[in-house]
Amino acid sequence: MIGNLVATLLLVALGFAVRNALRTPLWAEAFRRMRRRPLVIGAGVILALFTTIAIADSYSWADGKNQPTKTVLDRVFERPQERTYSPPMAKLTTEASPKPLLATHILGTDGVGNDVFYRTLKGVRTAFLIGGLTTLTVLPIALLLGMLAGYLGRGVDDLIQYVYTVLDSIPGILLLIAMMMILGQGVPQLCIALGVTSWVGLCRLVRGETLKQRDREYVLAARALGLGAPRILMRHILPNLMPIVIISATLGFSRLVLAEAILSYLGVGVPEDVGSWGNMIEAARLELAREPVIWWNLVSASTALFLLVLALNIVGDALRDGIDPRLRSA
Amino acid sequence: MSTEAILRAVDVRQVFVQRQGLLRKSEMVAVDGVSFNLAKGSTTALVGESGSGKTTLALILLGLRRPTSGDVLFEGNSLLRLRGRDQLALRRKMQVVFQDPYGSLQPRMTVGEALMEALQVHSIGQGRSERQDRAVEQLRQVGMSPETLKRYPHEFSGGQRQRIAIARSLVVEPSVLILDEPTSALDMSVQSQVLNLLTELQEQRELTYLLITHNLDVVGYMADQVLVMDKGQIVERGSVEAVMDTPQSEATRRLLGSLLSVNPSERRLAASH
Amino acid sequence: MSEETLLSVRDLRTYLDTPEGVVKAVDGVGFDVRAGRTLALVGESGSGKSMTALSIMQLLPEPAARIVEGSVKLDGRDLLDLTAKQMRELRGKRMGMIFQEPMTSLNPTFTVGYQLLEALKCHGGARRSGLGQEAVKLLQEVEIREPEAVLRKYPHELSGGMRQRVMIAIALANRPSLLIADEPTTALDVTIQAQILRLIKRLQGEHNMGVLLITHDLGVVNETADDVAVMYLGQIVEQGPVDAVLSAPAHPYTQALFASRASREHRGRVLPVIPGNVPGPHDWPPACRFHPRCPFRMDVCEKVTPEVSHLPDRTVRCHFVSPLEEEAKLEH
Repeated sequence: MIGNLVATLLLVALGFAVRNALRTPLWAEAFRRMRRRPLVIGAGVILALFTTIAIADSYSWADGKNQPTKTVLDRVFERPQERTYSPPMAKLTTEASPKPLLATHILGTDGVGNDVFYRTLKGVRTAFLIGGLTTLTVLPIALLLGMLAGYLGRGVDDLIQYVYTVLDSIPGILLLIAMMMILGQGVPQLCIALGVTSWVGLCRLVRGETLKQRDREYVLAARALGLGAPRILMRHILPNLMPIVIISATLGFSRLVLAEAILSYLGVGVPEDVGSWGNMIEAARLELAREPVIWWNLVSASTALFLLVLALNIVGDALRDGIDPRLRSA
Repeated sequence: MSTEAILRAVDVRQVFVQRQGLLRKSEMVAVDGVSFNLAKGSTTALVGESGSGKTTLALILLGLRRPTSGDVLFEGNSLLRLRGRDQLALRRKMQVVFQDPYGSLQPRMTVGEALMEALQVHSIGQGRSERQDRAVEQLRQVGMSPETLKRYPHEFSGGQRQRIAIARSLVVEPSVLILDEPTSALDMSVQSQVLNLLTELQEQRELTYLLITHNLDVVGYMADQVLVMDKGQIVERGSVEAVMDTPQSEATRRLLGSLLSVNPSERRLAASH
Repeated sequence: MSEETLLSVRDLRTYLDTPEGVVKAVDGVGFDVRAGRTLALVGESGSGKSMTALSIMQLLPEPAARIVEGSVKLDGRDLLDLTAKQMRELRGKRMGMIFQEPMTSLNPTFTVGYQLLEALKCHGGARRSGLGQEAVKLLQEVEIREPEAVLRKYPHELSGGMRQRVMIAIALANRPSLLIADEPTTALDVTIQAQILRLIKRLQGEHNMGVLLITHDLGVVNETADDVAVMYLGQIVEQGPVDAVLSAPAHPYTQALFASRASREHRGRVLPVIPGNVPGPHDWPPACRFHPRCPFRMDVCEKVTPEVSHLPDRTVRCHFVSPLEEEAKLEH
């Protein structure tokens, strides 16, 4: 129940954000430019597809009192478990109830008999969850510290720079692994670990932009008006940072998705039972040595990962190009 | 125009210290002991080449930069000694309009939001609708329609933006307006519109202007007092006639020597026609 | 001093494709630039003066902008017929260009000397040795003291005036016969502006160059140009010798520009104002583009576009100044 509510709220919030964005000329112009490029449209379609899958996997309810809750995705794509491997397009050995659309395992089954296609689809929500939650935690921290460092300068700037330089000096992947080992496996833990290690980049960017904006005439005029620093930061500087931040967040999202896959592959990501491409790839690792080669597990997870990251990167770059004032017609 | 001084700068000095390497420090004196008075209701022109210190001086007068020494007095009160609510009240009395193409407007804020913010910070007007009325009225006085409130600065031309920026500064009812090159970024045909607006507003509200510019034509047209700055000091001061007809300092002569005429019979540069 | 025609522009039309429609940024512009003489293209925002210069240099932002018609003849060859490669050979060698912002026109990561030598090598041929000396001489020509030291500096280490001098040196490195200067002094301090203008004038005299000067400042026009073309919304509304046009402007727009200038003479009086505003690129009036703001407008002005008509000392586009023949006949 709560899950459904949260999902709905998120969707509504996202809808509002996009609608308001499209009202501003900056984003409207950027979108118009993006619409013209077939590559971007393709990437956009893929992203929309993935998003739909994630949404379908977020709404769940139970059929009866002691029944397990099943999501929309489960109901459509779950197939009964087999005993062991079966290749793509293999027929179901048992009678499924309710009857699924296709009585086949489209991409075969893995070592324990789970339908590969189904497992791949389950990984989508995890990817979005990790990417989204982490970004939501990283964003406020990076924005706050970056703006303070850029605007206040001197001691505050030195301190914040010291903190993130030290943090940045520790090899990222090792720090991640160490944190995961301490925190234990799980989605929230992963989000925290990823958050701690990925706020630095955005913080630097925000600090740089704030430095640039701080000496602009509109900020001087605001100070002359008597506005205090918090107000200037929130109402004057922050809105002018947002385009860069959004683009950075979009591209960062793809990095986070990859990071989750890598960590799960290494065994310190999400737990086994949560759908994750990293887990699938890890399991598939051993399968490649078998005779005949079991390739569909690996290919399926890798392709899904590749497509999502590629689509995110294309859209992120297109957003950046769309916003660049030098390419504007005015 | 009365003769009382509404704004006084008293021996203002601004020294910038830069560290060169580990032990050495270099000093750059941007403003070197500047004193002057602005009479209420008058227009004072501050002219000088870039690097003369006029921009730094303007920032000091506005309280955006603390001078190394010296003081700025507004109606007898020291600007530097004030804090908090008193400082806010004083800020209201002195506003600024810059020359950059956005005329000091935040590009991602609507005109309405900018005006309302100004009114809100200084608690002018009871409630939102009264503030909105004041904003609309101020826009009307600069020749802009009420629809302007909903739009963003970039939707307007340079001259219109300058007028909006003037409206934003005036909506808090200041006594002194510092104008940094108010017409330099504007088209020729728009400059006269903005200058007419400024003189009209000055008469209506008894405003005191400090005009920072290198455009000697505008100085000749509007200024009651001319201050010439060079290397951080005021090297000459006086009326327009005194300074422009009988310049005393080298800096003034340099400025006058670079004045371009639009009259073919009055060419100054080496003519080879 | 020879006054051969170096650049001959006829009926140039450059259109801009925008999402809201086509903008005729340059719409039927024609003029000549002669050796040893300066032609100033003067106008406000939206007049098309910069677009005209970019069209001539073929540095238009493509694909949004395209030249749809006209000819631009340099030494008799139409530049619009040339390939990109041929155009590249001309730029720098026959045609030099200087722009408004010397900081962004000079590469900040290379020294002045490097950039100057690059210009010399690009068109100068195989003479490797002696180029260093050549560079020093060029800097001396633009009145830079201690040229050897400046050669070693980076653009950001120089003042605005110095950078502009360097840019002039680079533009003149290969002794072009035509110099195109796009707002060369707008970003400079007023005292430096005078020095740079004098420098350009001197160099023009010494090398008998033709100069096409783009500016928005009537003072610059008066003090540096021999001929002037006043542009408004893509068209030249008045063109002729500076002495004639500036002492007695014929076109209502030119007259209004003069009348509205602030000066000591106007002290204490309200400045005359051109009513209305410069229309945005998609709101240009039909027929005569100036007619809504013109104090002398007649019925014909909003129906028929005025053609360029020749007066004894200049050309104008104006029905009032130069009535149509049919109208003139009707009146009699």
